Amino acid sequence: MNWIYEPWLWYVSGPMIALIMFLLLMVGKNFGMSANLRTMCTICGADKKADFFKFDWKSQKWNLIVILGAVIGGFIGSHFLTTDMAVAINPKTISDLNELGFNSAGKSYVPNELFETESLLNLKTILILVIGGLLVGFGARYAGGCTSGHAISGLSDLQLPSLIAVIGFFIGGLAMIHFLFPLIF
Amino acid sequence: MRTLTYLFIGILFGITMFKSEAASWFRIYEMFKFESFHMYGIIGSSLVIGIVIVQSIKRFNIKSFYGERIHFSPKAKSFSRYMFGGIIFGLGWALAGACPGPMFTLVGVGYVPVLIVIISSILGTFLYGLLRDKLPH
Repeated sequence: MNWIYEPWLWYVSGPMIALIMFLLLMVGKNFGMSANLRTMCTICGADKKADFFKFDWKSQKWNLIVILGAVIGGFIGSHFLTTDMAVAINPKTISDLNELGFNSAGKSYVPNELFETESLLNLKTILILVIGGLLVGFGARYAGGCTSGHAISGLSDLQLPSLIAVIGFFIGGLAMIHFLFPLIF
Repeated sequence: MRTLTYLFIGILFGITMFKSEAASWFRIYEMFKFESFHMYGIIGSSLVIGIVIVQSIKRFNIKSFYGERIHFSPKAKSFSRYMFGGIIFGLGWALAGACPGPMFTLVGVGYVPVLIVIISSILGTFLYGLLRDKLPH
């Protein structure tokens, strides 16, 4: 059982994600996490500002419970199922990141430079997190889904729109890391 | 009972996102640098199995645990919304290093600044709702 404390290899993780999609289908639901962001808008009263948010949010309560589970799962995974939080990325990636100023590369789970509580004192860090979040929320809803909704659910259903969206995800991601990162960091 | 089922599935999802390191900013960066097979292996293997699952459900008319028909809603045909929306999402995914599932997992791990990403992504969704009629779909 020691493998459970190690990072899960891709051939464990991938089938687990497929299993989660399968379980959701078998309880009559679709795997799509960004829908929760729209539900949260409606709960906050966005339905008074735009028709897009006029829907019965209670019909999405199940998905909010799934996302609550995802929070709990993160707690369990990190506190009880992990001994070493460091992510062993490619040494070449680590040296690239060191050059960009990410000294925590290869030593932590996410960059301390962005996700340690102290980093909230840095205006640039806050801007990066805010802009990143805005783009994710706006883009996911514009595209009608995110990684779970398009790359897993949609492509499993052989949907052409999902393929277009996933190609878009990669164009955006590659542009950010190869062209914009050198300007930002 | 159903609530507990959803919670259980969510916990399984959160543990998987954390343990697979798909919730790690570093893994997303490494993926877009093409310097590891890890993320491609995860997405690829889940996809191959996912296709087998969905096509089997359709072909053999498999019913849900509650005996109901499993419904797949085809996405509306369009190019621009998927391409433009996708590119915008991709820019944010690479910058924040988290997509809408894993960002919640990271809250459970205890990273406080992720809350800024979550609140901003809710705001981003709200902005889309306001501008929707003006965007090409």
